[in-house]
Amino acid sequence: MNVDLYLGLLRTGERVLGESFRQVAEGHGDEPDVYRLCTTLAEQCEDHERRLGPIVGRYGERPDDEPERFHADAISESRSGPVGLLRDLQDLYLLASLVDVTWVTVRQAALALRDEDLLTLIEDCEAETGVQLAWILTRMKQSAPQALLVAS
Amino acid sequence: MIDRIADIWGTRTPFAQGERWPVRVDMKLAQGLDEDQVDRWVQSACVLCSNGCAADIAVKDGHMVGIRGRAIDLVNHGRLGPKGLFGSWQGVDNGDRLTRPMIREGDRLVETDWDTAMSRIADRSRKLLAEKGPLSHGFYTSGQLFLEEYYALGILGKAGLGTPHMDGNTRLCTATAATAMKESFGSDGQPGSYADIDECDAMFLFGHNMAETQTVLWMRVLDRLAGPNPPLLVCVDPRETEVARQAAVHLAVRPGTNLALMNGLLRELIAIGGVDEDYVAEHTVGFETLQGAVEPWTPDEVARVCGVAADDVRRAASIFATSERVLSTVLQGFYQSSQATASSCQVNNLHLLTGKLGLPGSGILQMNGQPTAQNTRESGADGDLPAFRNWENPAHVKELADLWGVHPDKIPHWAPPTHAMQIFRYVEQGSIPFLWVSATNPAVSMPQSERIRRILQKPDLFLVVQDLYLTETARLADVVLPAAAWGEKQGTFTNVNRTVHLSDKAIEPPGEARSDLDIFLDYARRMDFRRDDGAPLLDWTCPEDGFRAWQECTRGKLCDYTGISYERLRGGSGIPWPCNEDHPDGTMRLYGDGIFPTEVERAETYGHDLLTGASVGPEKYKAMRPDGRAIIKAAPYTAPHELPSEEYPLQYSTGRTVYHFHTRTKTARAPQLNRAAPSAWAELSRADAARCGIGEGDLIRVVSARGEIVVPARVGDVREGTVFAPFHYGYWEDERTGPDGRPTAANELTQTEWDPVSKQPIFKVAAVRVEKVADATGPAPAPTTTASRPADPGSAPPTRGGPDAETIEQLRPTEPPAVPTSEEHP
Repeated sequence: MNVDLYLGLLRTGERVLGESFRQVAEGHGDEPDVYRLCTTLAEQCEDHERRLGPIVGRYGERPDDEPERFHADAISESRSGPVGLLRDLQDLYLLASLVDVTWVTVRQAALALRDEDLLTLIEDCEAETGVQLAWILTRMKQSAPQALLVAS
Repeated sequence: MIDRIADIWGTRTPFAQGERWPVRVDMKLAQGLDEDQVDRWVQSACVLCSNGCAADIAVKDGHMVGIRGRAIDLVNHGRLGPKGLFGSWQGVDNGDRLTRPMIREGDRLVETDWDTAMSRIADRSRKLLAEKGPLSHGFYTSGQLFLEEYYALGILGKAGLGTPHMDGNTRLCTATAATAMKESFGSDGQPGSYADIDECDAMFLFGHNMAETQTVLWMRVLDRLAGPNPPLLVCVDPRETEVARQAAVHLAVRPGTNLALMNGLLRELIAIGGVDEDYVAEHTVGFETLQGAVEPWTPDEVARVCGVAADDVRRAASIFATSERVLSTVLQGFYQSSQATASSCQVNNLHLLTGKLGLPGSGILQMNGQPTAQNTRESGADGDLPAFRNWENPAHVKELADLWGVHPDKIPHWAPPTHAMQIFRYVEQGSIPFLWVSATNPAVSMPQSERIRRILQKPDLFLVVQDLYLTETARLADVVLPAAAWGEKQGTFTNVNRTVHLSDKAIEPPGEARSDLDIFLDYARRMDFRRDDGAPLLDWTCPEDGFRAWQECTRGKLCDYTGISYERLRGGSGIPWPCNEDHPDGTMRLYGDGIFPTEVERAETYGHDLLTGASVGPEKYKAMRPDGRAIIKAAPYTAPHELPSEEYPLQYSTGRTVYHFHTRTKTARAPQLNRAAPSAWAELSRADAARCGIGEGDLIRVVSARGEIVVPARVGDVREGTVFAPFHYGYWEDERTGPDGRPTAANELTQTEWDPVSKQPIFKVAAVRVEKVADATGPAPAPTTTASRPADPGSAPPTRGGPDAETIEQLRPTEPPAVPTSEEHP
């Protein structure tokens, strides 16, 4: 059974995304909404990671041996300025997409396994990841024209 | 004669449930003047709060010399509040007004003529358009201009320049009202009517100190309370306001915890079987999501987080469930606090779960803070498209493009129009180098004053300020334009419950001052804004041209003005929209049929996630299939982001006093009002004052991470652990733009944070510490007649107006105006 491989991917993905939200929050503290919301969303990721603990306890967690294909590094340094914010948000979007698609994959397995605990967890977390993606996109759409056309 | 400074709400005229509120005509004339000496009376409505009281302006020898409430009007039945009685006419007809345009020469503002001033603006505008395009332009307007002026501004910004950077100070006062209605009902548009006060069995006031902010509405409540079968009141407010004193239940929540309380009230309402299941099934979507979200919020959990008694939560929910007709009102205690939109949507949800909506006595008033805020929201001068159109709906944008004769892509609609806080951020970053501020004073009214002043003073910013006075903000401008005031120009405006009033011109503006409409039209001409067919974009020659254009813009929309005309508004009562062929007398209440404008073709928004503000988008919205049903939205409570700490152990909230409006530019020029609340103060609870060794009137320093104020302390009735300061007191009297060693503006301390959905700044949650600076030389200058009264009644002399505050009240001179018969008796 390879569920443990995907649980590993998921937990790592949430950790990486959470760290990245925190990095972007700190790096763009002059944008109050970015600071506050990235902090809130980082807390969501940390909560997801924590709630995956008991599931991993049952299925195990196999390290990912194909880092170049599935693993993304956390954002360790944020850029500055309006275009920098846009690019940081874009990086967040990619990381959140990876988490999102991993939840989709794990959900398929959970359905086949009829694991109700896991399905409940997925229902909460997948929805929150969806909102994270929507927020990043909303913020990028708002910023893009000003950043790309007028900002110095 | 009655002293209406000492007796804010005047003489009671009690009435019973279901009766019409009796008429009382309030009149104030200049000292020594009799009614028969007045040359003429000119019809208008008051602009010193959002209530929209109809009034006639007294004119003698070309000056405004007084005011009288209009008995015939549905809004106020003849009454006026202290601000209207004293502040409306004296606040504008005085010797302090700007009379000539000014331009900056080095570090000085010098007087000039209109052509020079307007050329300077148009030249800079054209240069920036050529170099950087329309996104270099920002407009920050008001909640105090007239409808026709906002619509002109909206058109020139959106179809002339093509900039999305337009907002009003309505962002600070009423954005959450609009947003909460959009999220729940699909569109802005007030469901309720003031007449619901006459009919209700219970009233819930959520963060709404109605007694001070809408005094005339509160008179209506007091008159019900004094009559047979009075309504039960429930008050949510951390201060012991007059509302709290009249309430059956007072929930003095810890600042920043409104959503926890609301989730608890909803949970309890569900638990005691208060849900109208048929209504919910037929007229709403989303109930299951709400049930999950409120589940953790037992009365005990609410008590723990909000610092209120669990039994009070149960009693409040029980009153809501068991009262047949319930009216809720919501204002700044919710709008300017954490999770503003989410909390305000839960008020809507209480009514949606019980079906108590749009019926006599059962309704919602999501209040406004300013007299014409509704028009800022309707007309596209703020972060919305005109007439509640949806920027995400290409058909709506096309309608506007057809009306204005421009290509749809000229109208920015790639994202929501930019909100005020973001406009100022772009100015800070230098990407908006042209900012035009009209009829508002951000140097005092926006959060974190030091930052705002720094932004307004940026050398690369070209700042235009259009105002009545040389405000703190105007002093920083590159061009100052003297505007005509209320009573010196013509136009219409719309109050909280959708009632449209005409305000006629009573006198000539002072000196060379011009109406805001004329200024905007002049700019549009100089910029040569044209339709695609070559005709001028704005060819209006008078306000009524603007009104007719606006009627076309609203045709078939929820805010349909097509049945209203200047002529119809003259002589009678104001008329609540929608008013059209189907509703010839206007409309008192919306949504009595349970049908909401949520169809995908009609909706003003596809909605947002209440926690983050993420857009839902058209696909997901369609998938939800609201189809005319209201949308029940929920959100998890999160603690305020700035909590008390060792360094800043107290919570801080800003607010208002009954005697002043905004930054006092009008009210401080009325001697009666100014004497009642002459200078700044901060309120502490008895326990906190004792702990800090502070007595009544001691000079204290209130410090946050952003700044400080140094003001006298009022030891009062505010919730323990909380410090309250009125936000009115800036620096203009001393010809200063900022503190200059004497900080008094409450916003020196507030933080730059806003609600993720409505983008309304959070003025009511910050952490501070308090230190004593010097012993008292007398009591604090805070009024004793309101929530700012001293905890020890003997510690300050009572607030009195004196001879020039004596006002004439005529009790029951006529029968009350009737709600249009076709409305209530079809």
